[in-house]
Amino acid sequence: MIKAVMVMNTQGKPRLAKFYDYEPVEKQQELIRSVFAALSSRAENVSNFVEADAIFGLDSRLVYKHYATLYFVFVFDSSENELAMLDLIQVFVCELDIVFNYGKMQTILDEIVFGGQVLETSSAEVMKVVEEISKLEAASNAITFVPKTVSNWRGR
Amino acid sequence: MAGPSMMETLFQRTLEDLIKGMRLQLIGESAFISKAVEEIRREIKSTDLHTKSIALQKLTYLNSLHAMDMSWAAFHAVECMSSSRFADKRIGYVAASQSFNESTPVLLLITNQLRKDLTSVNEHEASLALECLAKIGTVDLARDLTPEVFTLLSSSKVFVRKKSIGVTMRVFEKYPDAVRVCFKRLVENLESSDPQSLSATVGVFCELAAKDPRSYLPLAPEFYRILVDSKNNWVLIKVLKIFARLAPLEPRLAKKVTEPICEHMRRTGAKSLMFECVKTVVGSLSEYESAVKLAVVKIRELLLEDDPNLKYLGLHALSIVAPKHSWAVLENKEVVIKSLSDEDANIKLESLRLVMAMVSESNIVEISRVLVHYALKSDPEFCNEILGSILSTCSRNFYEIVMDFDWYVSLLGEMSRTPHCQKSEEIEFQLIDVGMRVRDARPELVRLARSLLIDPALLGNPFLHRILSAAAWVSGEYVEFSLNPFELAEALIQPRASLLPTSIRAVYLQSVFKILIFCVNSYLSQTETLADLEPEVPDSISQRENSEASDLASVRAPFEHEHDEAFNPGVLDRPSTDNSIEDIGNAADGDGQTSTFVSFRKNGFTRESIVNLVNLVEVAMRPLSVSLEVEMLERTCNILGLIEVLKRELPAVFQNEKVLEKEELEVLKLIKLMNDAFSEELGPVSMSAQERVPIPDGLVLKDNLADLDEVMGDVELPSSSSFSLESPYNGQRMDPASCNVQSKEDSEASSESTSLLAEHRKRHGLYYLPSEGNGTISNDYPPANDLKSGDTNQDDTEDFVKLTAQSLVPKKKPNYAKPRPVVVKLDEGESVPVVLKKRDSRDDSLSGAVRDILLGDDAVKLSSSIKGKEKVNVDPLDSKENMHDMENSSHRKSSSRRSKQRPHRKERGQTSPEKLGVEKEEHGGKVKSKSSHRHGRQKSRQKAEGSSDIIAETPVIPDFLL
Repeated sequence: MIKAVMVMNTQGKPRLAKFYDYEPVEKQQELIRSVFAALSSRAENVSNFVEADAIFGLDSRLVYKHYATLYFVFVFDSSENELAMLDLIQVFVCELDIVFNYGKMQTILDEIVFGGQVLETSSAEVMKVVEEISKLEAASNAITFVPKTVSNWRGR
Repeated sequence: MAGPSMMETLFQRTLEDLIKGMRLQLIGESAFISKAVEEIRREIKSTDLHTKSIALQKLTYLNSLHAMDMSWAAFHAVECMSSSRFADKRIGYVAASQSFNESTPVLLLITNQLRKDLTSVNEHEASLALECLAKIGTVDLARDLTPEVFTLLSSSKVFVRKKSIGVTMRVFEKYPDAVRVCFKRLVENLESSDPQSLSATVGVFCELAAKDPRSYLPLAPEFYRILVDSKNNWVLIKVLKIFARLAPLEPRLAKKVTEPICEHMRRTGAKSLMFECVKTVVGSLSEYESAVKLAVVKIRELLLEDDPNLKYLGLHALSIVAPKHSWAVLENKEVVIKSLSDEDANIKLESLRLVMAMVSESNIVEISRVLVHYALKSDPEFCNEILGSILSTCSRNFYEIVMDFDWYVSLLGEMSRTPHCQKSEEIEFQLIDVGMRVRDARPELVRLARSLLIDPALLGNPFLHRILSAAAWVSGEYVEFSLNPFELAEALIQPRASLLPTSIRAVYLQSVFKILIFCVNSYLSQTETLADLEPEVPDSISQRENSEASDLASVRAPFEHEHDEAFNPGVLDRPSTDNSIEDIGNAADGDGQTSTFVSFRKNGFTRESIVNLVNLVEVAMRPLSVSLEVEMLERTCNILGLIEVLKRELPAVFQNEKVLEKEELEVLKLIKLMNDAFSEELGPVSMSAQERVPIPDGLVLKDNLADLDEVMGDVELPSSSSFSLESPYNGQRMDPASCNVQSKEDSEASSESTSLLAEHRKRHGLYYLPSEGNGTISNDYPPANDLKSGDTNQDDTEDFVKLTAQSLVPKKKPNYAKPRPVVVKLDEGESVPVVLKKRDSRDDSLSGAVRDILLGDDAVKLSSSIKGKEKVNVDPLDSKENMHDMENSSHRKSSSRRSKQRPHRKERGQTSPEKLGVEKEEHGGKVKSKSSHRHGRQKSRQKAEGSSDIIAETPVIPDFLL
């Protein structure tokens, strides 16, 4: 399964961190730091995998992609295919204004990875849901008092 | 709404504002965050849910990325979850998923909210609840919400169904009994025509099978169908993962799936799927030659790719195939060797592993040579990676693959001198270990120790201190093999030894002590021999023989040389031009090594040389007698005490050389006694040796030692005197640029270090014995690990490829000139006992439940008439306590399916006597009654209906696929 998903900038500042096994926040920060240390020592144009056993325990691998000033990191175990994870990062990284769009990023990730399991690999499918959810949220913000109708309407 | 609250609502900062503010802040991040948290604490108390939820969202963000505590806001999260507005609800759920854990008290409050949202008509609300459950589901939540999950498993909305499939993973894990309720629907989803549900289901089974593959063997036909039919790469990858786990358990299954997997491998254009096929074949189907051949072809394709990821994964796959099919590596050896100098650390490491996997006793010499060359050229990290893997490979199973220990000892020396070498601890251990285990390696070890010790430059490199410690110990312990013990003593007391940490200096001093004893004893026994002029072995020597376990007593060795040429090959084979001997000037006769050795032994310990040695040691020891370090102080005092006695008595010895009254001289007895003590051989010690010491009567080991602390106060215990103490390395690393490489032949090395010694002798003549050796004066010590500039290590990769080309080819065992020396092993207790991790009992109950469902209670699974929720109203309390009863009861016939809803304690009471008997039997060996259903299952699997009462005898897995 997928153990964690992280997005951090090239200075090591986390932009998104999601751990699918419960970890106390202090531990999370520590893990993020170790991951960053492992990533920042790597040259450009080398392979995108890091053996993460030392950081995340046995049977852990890490794949990352470096886009602009951001690292996208997926941590996973032997139940996932390395190349498929690499592709999945691609799916996850749509045109996102990641810095400010924390909420949207959460939504997208939640659609793709569910409790550590990859449930959706199609960008189109994910974006459809994300739009629906933002519509719903917008609706619930506009219509302050009649959410029931909204949910009824959505649920048909 | 009240005014302030309205104001808050209007002017509240959103999450976006917070993030933007954080990027622009001028007051420092932590100050900004604590201000923001303060603000959040105020806002979150608002009665307006919207204000509250925004505050909660900001807090969640700060918690996730800046580790701000949010446990105090748990109740606010629950409040938001219950909001009727979707946006607020969502924020509440995200907050809960992120921060709740088993110990969150308000967890009890959310069960009903989750249930309500799970049954909501709005699929997004249901989705939120499912996500939350998947993340924070506890035993209680999983148990209480099982019915809702069950319902959603057959939801017509794919969006909800796929998530409910995903959530079963967590639910099963926390509450294995949910399997009895949900498993059938989960399996039904394997046949789902909807790709998303199918993908989710296969994913869940992949995870489940990872924990306990055997339980899922009965589902093999479904997985097989997917393997053959599915067009979705993601699904195929997951199914392959499942088969990779199932195939090793069932050979017939392996046979069956091999062909479709090869088909995928041939046809697919997707690298990920192809790689998965390769991994499945090399990992789980390695007996199928044709499949492996195909996989190796595909691996080769990966290796030749430019993409470093594919190359890395190719090497990785190759390392999986290597143990069983070494030809696969040989076919690709060129790429592998070239990859050793790749810029990518992953690729280098993987190819190193591959090279090490190829090592055998016939090529270890060659491969090590190549790798040490690589180590010289590599960056420090990889260099140590190489050295580490050579060390661990060679020492594996008591140096199993090392045939020639003289070679191995010199390899250890070469590795010690490699710049960046940080493996000193391991080398230290092996030097001593080889010394203790392999008697025949000792002469070479002493030679190595000498060359390390007399090089004053090495003392400056703190990374080598541990190695020097081992060298010092070896030189003291096996001094009888030394060609020139005086030289060793000089090396051990050289002034630069003060650069060593005290624990290692203590080892040095102890070795000086041993050498001193040895020299004096040799001298004395030699004078006896001369005095007696008798052909038979002198007294002292025969004494030694008695006292030693070894038949290799030092003094006796030269006598035996004449008779047995093969004896002590290390001495015989040694290049006869060891310059050091000339320093002393007693080896000038060119009669070959044997005579040199003997003549040295006969003439080396002259009266003058002994007196010089004693004086020299005394001069060196005096300053140390005021050492603050107890270990050093004590040993110094021992040496000085011995010298005192010698000085008092030796003149008498010297003067009465011809008419020696040996029995009366105290010093003779003393020296013999000490020598005997030191010549007792040390061997490896069993790990369990301590346990075998019987506990003496009346010794109470379990007494409370709590008051010991008071007694001891803050008295610090002195560190023990063993040679391998903690390593107080505090010096700086040598500048890597300045320390080059020493890669010369050993003879060169020793000649060079001898010249170093000569320089040193010039500068510090006081500490040296008089000699006629001379050398040029240099201004400073050369750096450790010096390599003559303009070194010859510029060979590039091609040369190495050529080099290894032959060495990797498995050769016939070469005929070694000499047999492999004996390596002392203990019968037992040399390895640390491996503690097997006990499996989680929850896992056990989960797989138990799955097996029951799949094998024991087919009819339940197959009966297509599930009526829905009311059937599965498991009494929460009861079922929790009665997991075991449940397990038993599920073995019953399908007709009693309804019994599941009843409290099982009662059920048990109603069980007829025979049934109880059956249940008991199942407790012991569960297989018997299960197999009866299993067989039925097989039939019904194929026909989708049929009775479940056919009885099979053996508990084998039936031929699902045949």
